[in-house]
Amino acid sequence: MIPMSIASGGEQTMGEYIAHHLKHLASDKQTSLVDFSIVHWDTLFFSLACAALVLLVLRMAASRATAGVPGKLQCAVEMLIDMVNDQARALVKGDLGYIAPLALTVFCWVAVMNAIDLLPVDWFPWIAHNVFGLDYLRPLPTADLNATLGMAVGVLLLVFWYSIKIKGFGGWIHELLCAPFGMVTISGNPGTWIGAVLLAIANFGMNIVEYISKTLSHGMRLYGNMYAGELIFFLIAGLGGSMTVLGVLGHIITGSVWAIFHILIVLLQAFIFMMLTLVYIGQAHDHH
Amino acid sequence: MNLNATLIVQSIVFLILGWVTMKFIWPPLIQAIEERQKKIADGIAAADRAKKELAEADSRVADEIKKARVEASSITERAQKQYNEILDKAKGDASTEAAKIKAAAEAEIANLSFKAREILRQQVAGLAVAGAEKILQREIDANRHRDLLEALAKEI
Repeated sequence: MIPMSIASGGEQTMGEYIAHHLKHLASDKQTSLVDFSIVHWDTLFFSLACAALVLLVLRMAASRATAGVPGKLQCAVEMLIDMVNDQARALVKGDLGYIAPLALTVFCWVAVMNAIDLLPVDWFPWIAHNVFGLDYLRPLPTADLNATLGMAVGVLLLVFWYSIKIKGFGGWIHELLCAPFGMVTISGNPGTWIGAVLLAIANFGMNIVEYISKTLSHGMRLYGNMYAGELIFFLIAGLGGSMTVLGVLGHIITGSVWAIFHILIVLLQAFIFMMLTLVYIGQAHDHH
Repeated sequence: MNLNATLIVQSIVFLILGWVTMKFIWPPLIQAIEERQKKIADGIAAADRAKKELAEADSRVADEIKKARVEASSITERAQKQYNEILDKAKGDASTEAAKIKAAAEAEIANLSFKAREILRQQVAGLAVAGAEKILQREIDANRHRDLLEALAKEI
């Protein structure tokens, strides 16, 4: 059915085509949901390549930065910096020395990684298969939960770091136990002791749930959007792969429309990811 | 959806990226932006200052022109007055001088006419004597008849 199939060589159903495209180039076959002995080489390669590209371009703009008449690249980067700086200042009440640059790079990095989705879905797998002899390849790092959740965990670590830095370790623990429900005033009455312990457990549980849900939603929002977008590109590619007039026409039309719409999603999701990063780190600066 | 070591590596890369940006990318750009902001602010301030100075200069120039015009008109007025004064004085001088010359001329005429009359009188006296001599056919003693002659000459 799909002559564009690249890896198996033979006839392939739409289901097989998509399943093939969704397989990562992993170091080993993964059987359980969580297995930290395995890595996805494709995700690592493409995310690092994107990171290198982003840093290179930004560094180019930075090294040529002048207070005089700026070049076009410098102008573009300055607009980004201005945007990020404004958001960071509005959301984080504290030292922005690390946070604002991180937000800038995260926005650019995620946007570039997302933009890989706009390239035809068969290009990288075809090159991988025919040039490097690799059976599987998923070039879109942000459609891999490891990548997006990895970044979300990075943000979580920063939230811990800033919570401790701002409030002190004791202050942070105190806040974990006393917010959001408050604390019973302890007196000579043993009833208040029990109440305090119960309330501390409730508060602590609430905070743990909050941290987990924040991090999961942070990582999974980006992952879900990009995964869904990628899947639709596979379906559209499968349409063209049917090699009927209607299929090819449908591929051209729907592919163009979806790609144009996807430009919005690519940038929007990158922006949302950056904003949430700033929001979460900003919350770590707030006292309850 | 498999979770594996990619997650850990990605977290590390994420944190490193932020650090690299903080170290090598953010400072020169933010510095350039801030410097340019300062430059633009300075430029705008300078433009405002220049505009104010220009307005001040304009009003000063207008004042100067007004002053100059007033002065010029006063100078013209003064000049006109002086001109009239000089003209009047010249007229007066001229008429005085004319009167003086006229008086001198009249005095001279009077003087000359008096002299002429004197000479004439003497000549008439001479003539009268000569005429009388002729009439009497003899010489008149001039000394004897001097009184007579002189009285005659006075009558003429």
